Amino acid sequence: MQYAIQVAIDSLSLGSIYALAALGIGLIFGVMRLINFAHGELITMGAYSLIIPSAAVIPTLFVGAFPWPLLIVSVVVILVIVALAMERIVFRPIRGADPATLLIASFSLSYFLQYTMLLVYGGRPKGIDIGSSLTESIQIGSAEIAKIDIVTILATVVLMLALASFMKWTSIGIQIRAATQDFRMARMLGVKANAVIAGAFAVSGMLAGVVSLLVISRVGALEPRLGVNMALYGFVSTVVGGMGSLTGPVAGGFAVGIASGIIQAILPDHMRPTRDAFVFAIVIVLLLVRPEGIVRLKSSKERV
Amino acid sequence: MLAPSRLVKGLSTHAPLIGPIALLLAISVITVLVHDANTTRTVIGALILVVIVVGLYVFVGNSGVISFGSMALVAIGAYAMAWQTCCAKLKPMTMTGLPDVLKLHTLPILPSVVSSGVLAAIVALIVGRPIMGLSGIPSSIATFMFLGILNVAYRNWDSVTLGESSIVGIPIFINVWVGLAWAAAAIAVAYFYQTSRYGLMLRATREDEVAARSAGIRIPTLRLIAWVISAFLLGIGGALYSSFVGVISVNAFYLDLTFITLTMLVVGGIRSIYGAVVGVVAISAFSEILRQFENGITLGSLEIKAPSGFQEVLLGAVMLIVIVRFPRGITRGHEFRLDRIFNFIKRLVAPRSAA
Repeated sequence: MQYAIQVAIDSLSLGSIYALAALGIGLIFGVMRLINFAHGELITMGAYSLIIPSAAVIPTLFVGAFPWPLLIVSVVVILVIVALAMERIVFRPIRGADPATLLIASFSLSYFLQYTMLLVYGGRPKGIDIGSSLTESIQIGSAEIAKIDIVTILATVVLMLALASFMKWTSIGIQIRAATQDFRMARMLGVKANAVIAGAFAVSGMLAGVVSLLVISRVGALEPRLGVNMALYGFVSTVVGGMGSLTGPVAGGFAVGIASGIIQAILPDHMRPTRDAFVFAIVIVLLLVRPEGIVRLKSSKERV
Repeated sequence: MLAPSRLVKGLSTHAPLIGPIALLLAISVITVLVHDANTTRTVIGALILVVIVVGLYVFVGNSGVISFGSMALVAIGAYAMAWQTCCAKLKPMTMTGLPDVLKLHTLPILPSVVSSGVLAAIVALIVGRPIMGLSGIPSSIATFMFLGILNVAYRNWDSVTLGESSIVGIPIFINVWVGLAWAAAAIAVAYFYQTSRYGLMLRATREDEVAARSAGIRIPTLRLIAWVISAFLLGIGGALYSSFVGVISVNAFYLDLTFITLTMLVVGGIRSIYGAVVGVVAISAFSEILRQFENGITLGSLEIKAPSGFQEVLLGAVMLIVIVRFPRGITRGHEFRLDRIFNFIKRLVAPRSAA
C-alpha cells in the first residue's frame, strides 16, 4: 500500500513536470504550428542563469543568491525575455514557412544554444545548492514522500489554474485560444498575429522558468543538456495528448509521466535502465491507435 | 549553339544523376592530387555522409515526411558491420550473445557491407509497416521513438553490442575511390527510384496528399517502399562509417548525427538529390575550415586559435541563418540541370547586348 502511494506520488510529480514542459511546447504549436525544440534550451538557460557565467566547476551564485521569491521572479523574467527574443529573431522571419522548415529551424536553434552554453560554461556538471532542503522526505501515514514531489504537484496545480483563468478571462488569453482554433479566421476578426504569438512565447518562457527551477532543485547539478530530456518528453507528451489544444499537452504530460512511473515500478531491477524504451513503445502504440492524440478537437482534422 | 546530338540529349535527361556524381568525382580527383592526410580524411568522411544523407533523402525528400529516426538504421548497419568483420579473437569472449556464424568467423568485406544494408532494410520493413500509416508530425514522432528504443536497446544489450562501451578494431578499408564508388551507387539508387513509377507517385503525395489519394495512390505502401530503400542505403552508410572510423559506440548515432544529417539535407535543399549532395559538401567544407581554426591558423605573424566547441556554435549559427534566409536550401530544391549550366556559360561568353 505504502509502496503504491509512493509510486503514485512519484508518477504524478513526474507527470506534472512533463505536463508543464508539454504545455510550453503545445502553446506555441497551437498558434504557429511550430514545434519548438529549443524549449529544452530555455529550461537549461533558466538553470544556468542562477550562476555567474564561467567554466569553473564550483560556480558562484548570481540569481541563485537572491531570496527565493525574487529568485523565482528573476528566472521567469529572464526566460520570458529570451523566449521573446527567440521569436523575434528566428521565428518571426520564417512564420508561415512549411512545418518541416520550422521544425528544422527550431532544431538548429536548439543545437546552437546548447553548444553556446557548452562553450561558455564547460561540459562538466556543476553542483548547485538551490532548494536542496526540498529533497528531504516527510512522513505521511506510513509513506515517505519527498517534499519536492509535493511542491512540484502543488506548483503545477496552481500554475494550471492560473493559466486557465488567464486563457479564459484576459483579452490576450482569449485571442491566443482563438488563434489556436483557427489562426487565419482569428486574424480576419482582428486578432493581431504578432501580439498573440509573442504572448504565447512569453507564457511558454514562464513555464520553462518554473520547470527549470523544479528540475534544478531536484537534481542539484547544472549541465548543458539539462533541458534536452525535458523537452523531448514534453514534445512526445504534446503529440500523445493532442496538438492544437491546450488541455491535450497537459493530458499527454500526465499520461507519459504516469506510464513511466508505473513501468519503473513493475520492471525488475536489472531492466530499469530500459524503462524509456517501454515508454517509447507505448507512445508508438498510442499514436497508432489515436494519431490525433488523447484530446480530439473538432477543428483538428485537416481541411481540404 | 549546341548540336542536339544523342549524347548531349542523354546527358541532359540524366543530368540529375550525372551532375552530382561529377561534382564528387572532381572533388575526389583534387583530393588525391593534393595528397594531404587531413583533407583526405575529411573527403572520405564526406563521401560516406553522402551515402547517409542521400539515403535519408530517399524517404524524407520524396515523401515530405521528416524522419527523426533514420539514424537508428545507420546504427543497425554500423553494428552489423562490426559483428561481421571485427576482431576475430575478441568476439567469442566479449560478444557472447552473437550467433556462432558471426562469433567464430570473420566475413569478407563487400558482402558484409551489403548484408548490413539488407539487415537495416529488414528492420525498417518490420518497423515501417505500422508507422508508415501515420502522417505528418505523429509519423515524425513515431520514427523518433524508434530511434529512442533502438538507442536504449543497444545501450543495454551488453552481450552483443558491448553496451555503453565502444567496439574497437573494426578493419579499416576505405579510401577515396571506395567512398566515391559507394556515394555514386547511392546517388544512382536514389535517382532510379525517384524517376520510377513508385517514386513519382510518392512525390505526388508529397505535393498534395488528398489529391494523390483521390487518384488512387496508396500512401502508406508507397512510403513504406521509400522507407525500406532509404534504410538499405542508410545501413550501408552505417557499415561504411564503421569501417572508416574503426570504432563505434551507440551514442554516435543519436541526436547529434540526426541533427547534422538533417541539417545537410535542409541546407542543400530537401527536395532534390543534388540538394542532398551539395548540403554534405558545403557543410563538410565549412566544418573542416572551422576545425582548422580550432587547431590554430597562422596568418602572417598572427596566430588565430578558436576555442574548442566554437565549431558547433558557428555551425548552428550558419544553419539558422541559411534556414531563415533560404528556407528552400542552396539548390532551392532543384535537381542539377545541364541547361542552367549552359545558360550560365552562354551569359559569361556572349557579349552583353547593348541596350
